[in-house]
Amino acid sequence: MSSIALPDAPPVRLNVVRWIGFKTIVIREYGRIIRIWGQTIVPSAVTAVLYFAIFGSLIGRRVGAMDGIDYKQYIAPGLIMMSVITNSYGNVVASFFGAKFGKHIEELLVSPLPNWVIVAGYATGGVVRGLLVGATVTVVSLVFTHLPVHHLWVVLAALLLTSVTFALGGFLNALFAKNFDQVNWIPSFVLTPLTYFGGVFYSVSLLPGWARQLSYVNPILYMVNAFRFGFLGVSDVEVGSAFALMLAAAIVLFSTAVGLMNRGTGIRE
Amino acid sequence: MNALSVQGLTKTYRNGVQALRGVDLEVERGDFFALLGPNGAGKTTLIGIITSLVNKTAGVARVFGHNIDTDLEAAKACIGIVPQELNFNMFESPYTIMVNQAGFYGVPRPLARQRAEQYLKQLQLWDKRNGISRGLSGGMKRRLMIARALMHEPRLLILDEPTAGVDIEIRRSMWDFLREINARGTTIILTTHYLEEAETLCRNIAIISGGRIVERDRMSSLLRRLHVQTFVLNVRETLAAAPSLPGYAVALIDDHTLEVEVSNDENLNDIFARLSALGIGVLSMRNKVNRLEEIFMQLVEGRGTPGEGPRAAAAPPAAAGIGVDVP
Repeated sequence: MSSIALPDAPPVRLNVVRWIGFKTIVIREYGRIIRIWGQTIVPSAVTAVLYFAIFGSLIGRRVGAMDGIDYKQYIAPGLIMMSVITNSYGNVVASFFGAKFGKHIEELLVSPLPNWVIVAGYATGGVVRGLLVGATVTVVSLVFTHLPVHHLWVVLAALLLTSVTFALGGFLNALFAKNFDQVNWIPSFVLTPLTYFGGVFYSVSLLPGWARQLSYVNPILYMVNAFRFGFLGVSDVEVGSAFALMLAAAIVLFSTAVGLMNRGTGIRE
Repeated sequence: MNALSVQGLTKTYRNGVQALRGVDLEVERGDFFALLGPNGAGKTTLIGIITSLVNKTAGVARVFGHNIDTDLEAAKACIGIVPQELNFNMFESPYTIMVNQAGFYGVPRPLARQRAEQYLKQLQLWDKRNGISRGLSGGMKRRLMIARALMHEPRLLILDEPTAGVDIEIRRSMWDFLREINARGTTIILTTHYLEEAETLCRNIAIISGGRIVERDRMSSLLRRLHVQTFVLNVRETLAAAPSLPGYAVALIDDHTLEVEVSNDENLNDIFARLSALGIGVLSMRNKVNRLEEIFMQLVEGRGTPGEGPRAAAAPPAAAGIGVDVP
């Protein structure tokens, strides 16, 4: 079916309805990000300043070089990626759970938009915030250090795929969450430890063998390193594997989210 | 083609509650239809299934011929819903809510802006368009829900308790607006606890109780079934006792008010003539109990319709031509 036949009206093309619906969700999400910029954009910039001031300038001076690269320069891609991960995830989990909690998710559920458009719309909203915050933290980084770009497309692709993956992760969290505690549980107890152990501040080559092996099961390690490779040309992991992992994660998470929406998990009686 | 066609719809929730037990219902195109029932009767579940907010257990539902199992997007595109609970984003402005709603139905943004202005003006919300919706009064929030539901110009408008908590003046202006929408060709299904509202607005009615449709008829036919009505007469003279009117039960409520029970086959002129002969002038008259309320209570309590015996509700309504599911 490529169009909808409505009584007493010309047929409406389905793809047009879906495209306008998708754009509307993204515009609404962008509006929300901008409306509460003090909560969505600013905190990551402040955190980045603190990290650069304390870890980069004070402690980093004693650390010296990491993989032959100035420490401030080494942590910059990791800090940008950390803010992208946190914000892509946080935007979707907060916005979608808020819509569930306030019941205005029903606006979308009763509309003719298929579930995959709703998932794609919210995920894109998360990506938009991830990119806005990523750009802000990049500007902060440039105040503290010089950041060369070795492979621009690697930087952009890693940024986009990581953002999509964590936006979809946030969507799944929001689907299952029944209260605000459950919204905060995954970011606090899963995402933050994985990010800190994901090679943001150090190279896994510094770790003892068992810890290094354990680090290789952490997906964030691959994302941070692929991103760092794009900027600095160094990585603890094979970059091709990192992209395969990110792509697979995005596809699996998207399919799962749509499947759960179709079943009505967390949204329908 | 009917606006809504439902056959054998059942819903059993995970906790075992059977909210719907085989509902059959047809709503004609262009109708203004009342769906009444006590709390927990299954009205909201039925609406939830039609709008895909609730998964059904069994049965078939079609909206303008579009089966919700196989043609859900088209079915949903035909429906506008005003739910019982407020379900818009309280932190967004009415204008944003309206324009976004249109977008979810594929209405291009320039057209959405035009319609938002049109409906916000019609429902006297234009001055409030840029404020945060949380700051609107209860009546304004209700009107915003109606305006929002119209943004994609739905063919079937479902209103679940649209005037709950709204003062009389606003309720009546909302009635006028809904009549106008219906006159333009939109089919309307209304659930309400204000039975006067259903009696005033709707042409056809179904009563649901215990998850089943216990009555489906034309409003006028249903009201005619009430055989005895009680009228309250306000009289000019000061009365010490109820006047004697042979054949009528008359009670004195206070020194200027009488209550008279009248069968539907009796002539009101006769009562006026007799009172006049006794030197009593009638200044005004009203029904003591809302007629639909009386019938509603008898049906949901399982007493049948007065004067027609307990099986009266089981008779298929000839005018509507639709079967009635009687428990």
